[in-house]
Amino acid sequence: MKLPPFQALLDEHRVDVYRFCVATAGRAEADDCFQETWIAALRAYPKLRRADNLRAWLMRIAHNKAVDLHRSRNRRPVPVESVPERAVAAPPDLEPDDEPELWEAVRALPPKQRTAVFCRTVLGMPYDELARLLESSEDAARRNVFEGLRTLREGWTP
Amino acid sequence: MIDSPNPNGTADANGDAALEAALRGSAAALPHAASPELDRRLAERAAAEGLLDVAYASVDSPVGPLVVAATPRGLVRVAYTGSEADAEVLEELARKVSPRVLEAPARLDDVRRELDEYFEGSRTEFDLPIDWALTHGFTSRVLQATARIAFGSTSTYAGVASEAGSPRAVRAAGNALGSNPIPVVVPCHRVLRTGGAIGGYTGGIERKEYLLRLEGVLI
Repeated sequence: MKLPPFQALLDEHRVDVYRFCVATAGRAEADDCFQETWIAALRAYPKLRRADNLRAWLMRIAHNKAVDLHRSRNRRPVPVESVPERAVAAPPDLEPDDEPELWEAVRALPPKQRTAVFCRTVLGMPYDELARLLESSEDAARRNVFEGLRTLREGWTP
Repeated sequence: MIDSPNPNGTADANGDAALEAALRGSAAALPHAASPELDRRLAERAAAEGLLDVAYASVDSPVGPLVVAATPRGLVRVAYTGSEADAEVLEELARKVSPRVLEAPARLDDVRRELDEYFEGSRTEFDLPIDWALTHGFTSRVLQATARIAFGSTSTYAGVASEAGSPRAVRAAGNALGSNPIPVVVPCHRVLRTGGAIGGYTGGIERKEYLLRLEGVLI
């Protein structure tokens, strides 16, 4: 099994993985999502059986990490102990102006749909690759894209 | 669910095309990870979790750019390189040591510092652990004998062959030196032909002459 040096994988896919993390986990969680994805990938890498679709493999890991982060954030209690003693400026800008509203709507989609919409529209991923990523049939992958776009269209004006 | 799951064959196709174009266009505005800080944190975390099998970095030197690589056991590779050769060096490490190869300059700070000191003339001995993973058998023995030749002195192909336990394997010793994965630090430039001719060198004769001048062997 001839695997490329991991750094080559990182160089080739880091931008896509990071954008995926921003788009699906949110900007505040993007750095964590990015690091968790690459650490998990690095851990599993030497045991990988096939090197023919590394992008789908990576995005599958990123998808799982984004879902985990969503889940843990929703479960996380409000950190009352860390309330500052005096009033300070608003917390760091988590949804800055340069982040299009459209992506907020994407994040509100069910996990498979938001992954499908991102990979299809931004990465131009073919349906067979998307199916592998989602561990589903090609029809199901198509349906996830379609339903995600339909929901987005309802709240969107060109 | 009434709609057919076929985004291309419905009356909504145009709306979808515009929406997809908007997603594609605005994705370019999403921040992307260009920060070296993220890479640094990733490499640190990988090392802390025992996942950084091969760390590498680029180092400038008077004999041209070098790629240096280390495993948790020690320095495993020093390569003379131009930009194209880098990929080959990393592929060899991935194939022969581990595919977990990451650029992690901070993990090679000691190597970089000692090389700088050597080239400045303030260091005559490297104090770096060596990982001999890329060498085997006779080659390994020849190179370990070579590693014992002191700064400013020289040996011969016959000499290191003898040190490696096979005095007659002079040609094989030459080949072993030619395949030295850790030049400069394992000083194969200190091995000359019997009679004093300079002999060959992995990085080319000019580099060998430069190193021998630096050490005061050649004037």
